[in-house]
Amino acid sequence: MNVTVLDRQPDTDTQSQLGFVDCDVHPYTKSPSDLDPFLPERWREHRRTIGARSRSAFSAAPNYPRMSPGTGMRTDSWPADGSHPGSDLDLMRAQLLDAFGVAYGMMMPLLGRGGDERNVEFGAALCAAANDWQAALWCDREPRLKASVQITTEYTEAAIREIEKRAGDRRFTQVMIPPRGLEPLGRRRYWPILEACAANGFPIALHLGGTSGHPSTGGGHPSFYHEEHPSYPQSKEALVTSLVIEGVFEHIPNLRVVLVEGGFAWLPSLSWRLDKHFQRLRAEVPHLKKLPSEYIRDHIWVSTQPIEEPERPQDLLATFEWIGWDRIMFSTDYPHWDQDDPRYAIKVPIPEVEKQKLFRGNALAFYGLD
Amino acid sequence: MQVLVPYLDEYWRAHVLMRGLERDNYGLAAVPANAPINVRPDWKPAKGAAGTDPDLLCQQALDGFATRFAICNVLHGAQAIFSEDLSAAFCRAINDWVAAEYLDRDPRLRASIVVPMHSAELAAREIERKAEDTRFVQVLVLEMGELPLGRRQHWPIFRAAERFDLPIGIHAGSSFRHPPTNLGWPSYYLEDYVAWSTGFAGVLNSLISEGVFVEFPRLKVVLMESGVTWLPAWMWRANKTWRGIRAEVPWLEKSPADYAREHVRLTVQPFDAPPRADQLQRVLEEIGCDDMLLFASDYPHWHYDGTDALPDGLPADLTRKILVDNALKTYPRLSL
Repeated sequence: MNVTVLDRQPDTDTQSQLGFVDCDVHPYTKSPSDLDPFLPERWREHRRTIGARSRSAFSAAPNYPRMSPGTGMRTDSWPADGSHPGSDLDLMRAQLLDAFGVAYGMMMPLLGRGGDERNVEFGAALCAAANDWQAALWCDREPRLKASVQITTEYTEAAIREIEKRAGDRRFTQVMIPPRGLEPLGRRRYWPILEACAANGFPIALHLGGTSGHPSTGGGHPSFYHEEHPSYPQSKEALVTSLVIEGVFEHIPNLRVVLVEGGFAWLPSLSWRLDKHFQRLRAEVPHLKKLPSEYIRDHIWVSTQPIEEPERPQDLLATFEWIGWDRIMFSTDYPHWDQDDPRYAIKVPIPEVEKQKLFRGNALAFYGLD
Repeated sequence: MQVLVPYLDEYWRAHVLMRGLERDNYGLAAVPANAPINVRPDWKPAKGAAGTDPDLLCQQALDGFATRFAICNVLHGAQAIFSEDLSAAFCRAINDWVAAEYLDRDPRLRASIVVPMHSAELAAREIERKAEDTRFVQVLVLEMGELPLGRRQHWPIFRAAERFDLPIGIHAGSSFRHPPTNLGWPSYYLEDYVAWSTGFAGVLNSLISEGVFVEFPRLKVVLMESGVTWLPAWMWRANKTWRGIRAEVPWLEKSPADYAREHVRLTVQPFDAPPRADQLQRVLEEIGCDDMLLFASDYPHWHYDGTDALPDGLPADLTRKILVDNALKTYPRLSL
């Protein structure tokens, strides 16, 4: 497979003409104190004294150490001044936005981590600060970058306030929820938040992450990042199952979600499985009026990275076809180590019409951009 | 529990009776006995729970399919009990019970050794105790317990299993030490059931990453009631991760998919087949190995009606391998 990649000529021209939309870009702060200007003094003081408290083992490192510096950054993405990858707009332009003629980049900030914070008042303040920071430091300087509204799902009132506050601000295209929260997102307690997203015209980006404290497998905590990394699809499968089976889409018919950084090749077999066992157990879930696969088709979009690489590359096309060409949106995950390069990520030729949809058209339609 | 009392030794019989445990139901919460998916209506006996009448079982699950060998897997909470000692006592009783009440009754029946999974030492001892009886052809564990199955603490179990040519049969279900999904506890049994297949992906990631198949090169594992069609997407992702970060697991000599093809087998109930035969054909090609699938009736669970247990459109030579050859190769003790 690696040989195939190396042998293939870069495809830059075609795709830069497409002006693709990148559905997963990670901006970072140069220092945690970068958020301070956007935090009230009470919470600046809290950050200095108590600091972040999540549900994982280490105060400021992930449970599973990554394989490259900066918790898993692309090694050539460090700015010259040594600040964190993704923290320098000019470098992001050079390596991503200008390099590939990106039309829009959907920012998924993994900083502040307000959604993971156990002190929900602090978490809500961190989310609000991260939102102001995105708008002021990124969107206002680079209009191709779009912000994602950060919320904490464990503080319903604050989450709804934050969603309503950003509604109508064209710099914000979606609400971002880290799906590994305390409970599966489809549970009733989260419905007011999901309702607020739909009511305010926001789709929801479900980017992997969250520190629920639950092990990443149902059989306990694995040992290696080599297990944690491929557990993201299972997280997404549980997420789709929860949203569909709880009846979220029956209750909120105009809700749209995009799954980010979980790949997608697992979605067809999950749909077959859901449909099969729904038929046997449907008495348990009488609130569902359609097959699970129909809710998936109507409400769920996927972004591509980290794109699955079938042993026979053409099998990817069958997967795309099953999911639906209008439901798949390209993403790079810049500047993470496992980011997908638009020139090489898809190792099989795609017809031009479908290519337009996947790299550009679907995202423009999904986010209501020109 | 009542039926197990005669199979407990003197100490544990007195102990169980003192605490009144024989009146309790230690069935697994993960497998609601009366859920439609777990009881096929025409396989329900007039009296008692499905699967509890050995004669009916032989008639329905063996005569019905013209079965040469059938492996009984006792799904019971014994292996999930927190006290290692009590768990081991119950497991011993179950294994002696299944030998006396089932295996002695019909020469076509075989069984799996139920083990106290949370004590590798006691589990290995139970494997050694029962392995003498060649009608025990497999070790049975739950897919989700206290620790991921590949963790080194479990290796004494794998060592004993490999020594006696016993595959590790890993059955869908959980002891619920942890939520069955990494998002927390789902609301509905349907969600739990669907999550079993995602749990198996985690099981494979664990067994392969820890190096179980490097340490125990003759070991086979059989994923039971796991679904089948999730396997290709798992292979693609696991291989991709491995290519990127194999420095963390340098003992691996080949890709996760190749380890799976050599060491992992899956039973075909439920199959979770795609709607169309051409899609099924593609999934089989993506799996890329004719040796992996084993027939199972999953009696008395309800995934199909009549004897229509295989998805439509399977090639004839693969069907033959699923029905006979693959099982004989996976379970060497069937040929003893």
